[in-house]
Amino acid sequence: MSYDFDFSFLAEKWPAFVAGAWLTVQLTVVSIALGFAVGTICALCRVYGGAVLRRLVGGYVELIRNTPLLVQIFIVYFGLSSLGLKLSAEVSAVIALVVNMGAYTTEIMRAGLQSIQRTQLEAADCLGLTRLQAIIHVVLLPAMERVYPALSSQAVLLMLASSITSQISAEELTATANLVQSDTYRSFEVYIVVAVVYLALSALYRLAFWLLALVLFERKRRLGTAL
Amino acid sequence: MPEETDAVVRIAGVIKEFGPLRVLDGISFDVARGQTVAIVGRSGSGKSTLLRCIAGLETIQGGTIAVCGHAVGTPGSAARAQLRRDVGMVFQSYNLFPHLTVERNITLALTLVKKQSKEEARKRAADVLGLVGLTDKTASYPEQLSGGQQQRVAIARSLALQPQVMLFDEVTSALDPELTAEVLGVMEDLARRGMTMITVTHEMGFARRVADLVVFMHKGKVWEIGPTEELFAAPRTPEFRQFVRSEL
Amino acid sequence: MTQLSVNHFLYLVTAAQWTVLLSLIAFVGGTVVGLPIALMRVSRSRLARALATVYIQIVQGTPLLIVLFLSYFGLGILGYKLIPLVAAGLALTVYAAAFLGEIWRGCIEAVPRTQWEASDCLGLNRFQQYTYVVLPQALRVAIPPTVGFMVQIVKNTSLASVIGFVELARAGQIVNNSTFEPFTIFCAVAAIYFALCYPLSLASRHLERKAHAGRN
Repeated sequence: MSYDFDFSFLAEKWPAFVAGAWLTVQLTVVSIALGFAVGTICALCRVYGGAVLRRLVGGYVELIRNTPLLVQIFIVYFGLSSLGLKLSAEVSAVIALVVNMGAYTTEIMRAGLQSIQRTQLEAADCLGLTRLQAIIHVVLLPAMERVYPALSSQAVLLMLASSITSQISAEELTATANLVQSDTYRSFEVYIVVAVVYLALSALYRLAFWLLALVLFERKRRLGTAL
Repeated sequence: MPEETDAVVRIAGVIKEFGPLRVLDGISFDVARGQTVAIVGRSGSGKSTLLRCIAGLETIQGGTIAVCGHAVGTPGSAARAQLRRDVGMVFQSYNLFPHLTVERNITLALTLVKKQSKEEARKRAADVLGLVGLTDKTASYPEQLSGGQQQRVAIARSLALQPQVMLFDEVTSALDPELTAEVLGVMEDLARRGMTMITVTHEMGFARRVADLVVFMHKGKVWEIGPTEELFAAPRTPEFRQFVRSEL
Repeated sequence: MTQLSVNHFLYLVTAAQWTVLLSLIAFVGGTVVGLPIALMRVSRSRLARALATVYIQIVQGTPLLIVLFLSYFGLGILGYKLIPLVAAGLALTVYAAAFLGEIWRGCIEAVPRTQWEASDCLGLNRFQQYTYVVLPQALRVAIPPTVGFMVQIVKNTSLASVIGFVELARAGQIVNNSTFEPFTIFCAVAAIYFALCYPLSLASRHLERKAHAGRN
């Protein structure tokens, strides 16, 4: 049997793919940044907070990590709107992605925070730093440096998982592909193109995280050694 | 008594318990301004715990500790902030911040706590690094320094805040002999300049040479206390006699 | 529009059986393909290493959803009119193999070099070294993360719903279409997923702790 590959739809449709990819980037950059913030705060609660706070955060993490993102997205988009909270597809997508990224970041940052010895906090205490100052200036950055590979992998995974938001028709890359393939009937080729775009985005995100590390971790940049 | 009014640190009947274990059992002594006190004793005698109590790192279950007239361990951030202004602490494991340069390790508290400007803080850092002989290491990171150099930076970091009293918790225990000497040299220098110091140490030579007052702790109690010369010349208890012999 | 009833929930539970079946297919498929991938990653042959690396990079850099579409439409144009279960099983196999391959590579590399050297000195050949010395040790390290990854597999079977395979997530959508009570229904769906995944998460953590305790 033979099959003639036909990518001619690209000539006409490429702007749609660019627009879709751009929305994917916007959605995921916002979600990664907010998700990281949520996860870091939750990790701080988990490590330094009281018993109730630790429980609460633990429950959030388990709930999210043991249910599919697809269902989480449905609950936010269809579920909340049926309860009277109407959100656009894009806003619903960001909320679900942030909540999801937050849960994974909590676990990763918790490990990072726990790898910082208590004596660092004691030293900061003896220098007169408040608990908050100690956490911000002494603990957070080294903790982040220790788990940075895991954090950046998680961010790439989230970018890829954002394709699931096509299921509530957020007009990102995968949704664009779905539209184009129903227009052109070139399903296989369309998804090959999109797969290549996602691969390129993955590489781009990894590069961006590598560059970000150079900015964030001055010591590592100058000495090249692991903390 | 005139010495008492001059006391920088007053320890009275201090009791510290970890669960059912009583680690400090009624410790009392005073430290006068400018005095160097060496706390000696076997491991497990409670000497490091006592130091941590003075630094406010541990809560105490009984008795009182006062530094410069302020009670340690009273709740409230004002009292704690005061304690932090008065007391500097140097740890066995240096506890430098690995992600910050030597200079930033020193200026961090100056800018955050003392609200000094960047230039002021950097000038102060240069001053104290000069005191410990590390002027050329400003831009280095802790991992690039030897253990002895790291400990000297840690001392400089505490000194920069101009504390009334410095606490040293076995600061040379993790160091090789030759590195130990350079750190002890810095401490001797400080003592000569009139800094009030309490040091927990295994270095008997240092204690004899530099300390004005020696406290021998045993089983959570002050077993013997007195001026250095007297105490070493004529140990009163068999425990201290044995300890001195074993440490020589 | 019909009233939400117990029957709807029974329907969800029935559909969850397909989720379990699909998970098992993905896990078995992922193991069959993933183990050779792991062995290729630590192989002495540069070509084998490169091929396995490229495979892992591509699969880990592409959304599973896209892999699913490629599997569904790709097999379609090859002339096979596939039932969604096979297309989904294939896509999940491809996906699981890449991740399991990478997890297991780490486990094989965690076996100390001295074990290779010692078995080499005893005259074992490469195959014997693997089967009698290295893999049994790697297996102990591999169990906790492998069980942990099964959680990812179970959750990701939900994506099979987009190609029309009626598993738990799709069943939820179907029930929702007739009753229109999305909040209740999708929370129920989430609860069933949680009931499937949480024990696996707990087991993984428990095994991890046990492995740590054994090492110290």
